[in-house]
Amino acid sequence: MTCRELIDFLAAYLDGDLDEQRRSVFEHHLSICPSCVDYVKSYETTVALEQRLGTAAGDELPEELPEGLLDAVLAAVRSEKDR
Amino acid sequence: MRDSSHSFAPVSEEKSPDTAGNDEAWNRPEFIGQLRRGDQGAYAELVTGLGPRMMVTACRLVSEEEARDVVQEAFIGVVKSIDRFEGRALLSTWIHRMVVNAALTVLRRRKRKPESSIDDLLPRFLEDGHRADPEGPWRSSEPDSYETVATRRLVRESIERLPASYREILILRDLEGIDTQETADLLGLSPANAKVRLHRARQALREALAPHMVEVAA
Ligand SMILES: [Zn+2]
Repeated sequence: MTCRELIDFLAAYLDGDLDEQRRSVFEHHLSICPSCVDYVKSYETTVALEQRLGTAAGDELPEELPEGLLDAVLAAVRSEKDR
Repeated sequence: MRDSSHSFAPVSEEKSPDTAGNDEAWNRPEFIGQLRRGDQGAYAELVTGLGPRMMVTACRLVSEEEARDVVQEAFIGVVKSIDRFEGRALLSTWIHRMVVNAALTVLRRRKRKPESSIDDLLPRFLEDGHRADPEGPWRSSEPDSYETVATRRLVRESIERLPASYREILILRDLEGIDTQETADLLGLSPANAKVRLHRARQALREALAPHMVEVAA
């Protein structure tokens, strides 16, 4: 397995989608290739940073609701009731 | 009716968007019953409590101006279809998916610029299969050690610069926490193709972040 192939298989490896034989070839390559170890770690760090961004929306949260949103929804509630 | 006596659930920073806020309160049968009866106070509570977080989700996919319409459309969708809400998902998850769907519809309606190839953004390899320009280990593999406003901005801006189809899948899967099958359905892809696209998108994002993440030479 080359580094290029390892990176191709990385997502499947992390998802547990590789068969037994592929996985052991994958892990053997990792055991002898520091560059691929760096890559795998940095890939996982990338995903973790994205997930942090997804949950830590504190600096993205708008201070207030968009103007008119509540009124528009409540108007829809009233017209739905009248139907 | 703006009833300030309602206690709004604080939006926790620790929760993913589709579980933001006080799910237990919003999933009480009594609360859903209030919505079904068209209780204005209950709707005010729902919109005030979930609205800001839904704006964040929508703004990740479309412009802020479009996001306002998307979120409004989604909440009005709740008013019209609350009778069909079966409670199989959390109420907040159900609303979150309406927001995502409405935002994706806006994106589909846009005239798509031809997308630049992602190949230039993927790692490059030598003929023997080694990486052409490995940057070396990152400062840390512990995401907490990067947890600063500057890093969040870097990640956000790097995602924004990706070709649209790759940006979308990163947002749905990694930021919004939607699983492979549902993401594939939302984007009209097979799950296998969704996985391939996600892997390429993550690789491209990793390449974009890499120069900023390595140890600064002393
Ligand atoms: Zn390697």
